[in-house]
Amino acid sequence: MTGGPITGGPLTAGPVLALSGAAVEYRRAGQRVRALDGVDLAIAPGEIVGLVGESGCGKSTLARAAVGLVPLAAGTVSFEGLPVAPLGLRRRPGRLRGLQIVFQDPYESLNPRRKVGDLIADGVLLAGGSRADRSRADGRARAAELLQRVGLPATAADGYPHEFSGGQRQRIAIARTLAARPSVLIADEPISALDASAQAQVANLLTVLVREEGIGLLLVSHDLAVVRQVADRVAVMYLGRIVEIGAVATVWASPVHPYTQALVAAIPRADGGGVLPADLPGDVPDPASPPSGCRFHPRCPVARDDCAVTEQLLVPVSGRQVACHVRAPLPASGDPAGPDPAGPDPAGTAPAARGPQSPEPGAASLCG
Amino acid sequence: MSALLEVENLTVALPTRAGYRNAVDDLSLSVGLGEVVGIAGESGSGKTITALSLFGLLPNGARVTGSARLDGTDLLALRGRALRAVRGRQVAMVSQDPSASLHPILTIGTQLTEHMRYHLGVSKSEANSRAAELLDTVRIPDPEQALGSYPGQFSGGMRQRIAIAIALAAEPRLLVADEPTTALDVTVQAGILRLLDRLCRERDLSVIVITHDLGVMSALARRVYVMYAGRLSEAGDTSRLLTRPRHPYTRGLLDALPHPEAGQAALVPIGGTPPSLGAVPGGCPFQPRCAYAQASCAETRPAAVQASGETAPHLLACPPDPLRDLAQPRSRSIP
Repeated sequence: MTGGPITGGPLTAGPVLALSGAAVEYRRAGQRVRALDGVDLAIAPGEIVGLVGESGCGKSTLARAAVGLVPLAAGTVSFEGLPVAPLGLRRRPGRLRGLQIVFQDPYESLNPRRKVGDLIADGVLLAGGSRADRSRADGRARAAELLQRVGLPATAADGYPHEFSGGQRQRIAIARTLAARPSVLIADEPISALDASAQAQVANLLTVLVREEGIGLLLVSHDLAVVRQVADRVAVMYLGRIVEIGAVATVWASPVHPYTQALVAAIPRADGGGVLPADLPGDVPDPASPPSGCRFHPRCPVARDDCAVTEQLLVPVSGRQVACHVRAPLPASGDPAGPDPAGPDPAGTAPAARGPQSPEPGAASLCG
Repeated sequence: MSALLEVENLTVALPTRAGYRNAVDDLSLSVGLGEVVGIAGESGSGKTITALSLFGLLPNGARVTGSARLDGTDLLALRGRALRAVRGRQVAMVSQDPSASLHPILTIGTQLTEHMRYHLGVSKSEANSRAAELLDTVRIPDPEQALGSYPGQFSGGMRQRIAIAIALAAEPRLLVADEPTTALDVTVQAGILRLLDRLCRERDLSVIVITHDLGVMSALARRVYVMYAGRLSEAGDTSRLLTRPRHPYTRGLLDALPHPEAGQAALVPIGGTPPSLGAVPGGCPFQPRCAYAQASCAETRPAAVQASGETAPHLLACPPDPLRDLAQPRSRSIP
């Protein structure tokens, strides 16, 4: 079986969530820090897009910008065709209720003093409009239903969050987002705080929900191995920019960008081979003063002199898009070496190239 | 290889509302000179309590029986001055979170030289030059300047390297690393794993690495002890244990991992959750979650004994031994 959720050809409805040229700036000690710098990303209904990279690369900033928790310095985020922008308390329009986020730490995201059923019923009441429209009893009934949906007994509604394990709490957090009947879920490191076995349970639960309910999922994770197992497409970020994006099977099987290669090579394999994973020296630079040209060049094993000068654009190559002019040169006109039949497309108007192994869902206008 | 550390029949009982319960139950293990040994298991399996018992750092009220001999000295019997002479000097610890284990308002130099001077009695200038050498060993750029810096000025990976340097400052013989890379990125993790491996080989350092990540285990440890609910469920050579596990729990841990070579498919979790300290089931503690459980499993608590058919030492606490002829993962299918 392939992991493709909507393998029945091209996207008809268009992306349900789209970031275009999205940039986010923070102020730190009078300096402007650009944590996200011109990112294009689209998620189709029923699709799982993985977002990977080291700490400090802007993954969480992207997740927060995508749900309108932080303002954009440039670019747009649109949900179901309408713009997403941060607004004050109680001013978030009802049409954004279908855009939900699951946070990393279920020990902090659930109010410890409220019963699980009430936490979920709140979501039901809000999703149903004003409190007058729906009774609390309706909310409790729906909460019980949602708890069963995420694999917990309905009686869990009467417990407090501390009575549950980490994996169970993350299920409760997911049930609460489901109360709003989301069409897009943003999950920011939803399983990295959990034990290996609980990780597998929650990852499977998210996959099932996405496939059965046609929810678009952005799965933010530092763990490429997990993303590879559940996602359809993967975007690799470095210092606020996407450096490689494509079908997960393609990117995993033959990473092109040196950074993606380093991430894949650094994963220790539980095969008993006693092989030490490959090292990537250095740390992610401070985004307040990013390196010139290609931002990865100071750590890059294949960097040339001109990498410090030239900005890198995403270029289609071998069935995915890569921002590295050493590994994925901008093909000159009629370049016979260009492996991609679609040719160069810096404007990003044509569909991304398809992976050879699997039919790629939602390939249209992902990146430019 | 002669054993540096011999833990025998270690039992740690902790007070709970329902009375004393064994967080570690009759555990025996050994670590050779210059050997890396792993302890694996989910949260609550007793891994960290085992480590803390070696340092006399158990919570108040804990009752310990058994022995842990480091070159003949029973670490569990040490108190006061005798304990301080061993702790940091003979055995040292690196914990999971370097931002919690380093003192935020003392310089790296102070933290590095403090117990070096206490244990080794070296002069201040000698301690400083040794500290700079150590930072160089763990690949901190510009060690001289780093000595005057504070932990907050370094990244997470750098802080963990510094924590390792501090642990090594008094030249211990045994390093206990409790989830040393769990809080770090994979790229940074790879650097720390290579560092630990190099230190073992260059300094004949023995290491106990505690982790739930079998990938880390595979890269670093020569032998692995798998714990479940405070008890040893399986132990053996890493390569053998990870390629042909005999205990259903070890198999379950492996199946729950994303598998690099498998096609894209759902992960296979172990059903249920590990028991809490107060509610360890009778018989085999894993039996309620075990896909291969038999009626007899609920009756007697199995002890870890040499597994039949293994030529090398391989302990197994599973009398039915259902995986004896099963090397393959359980079927993977999309739910």
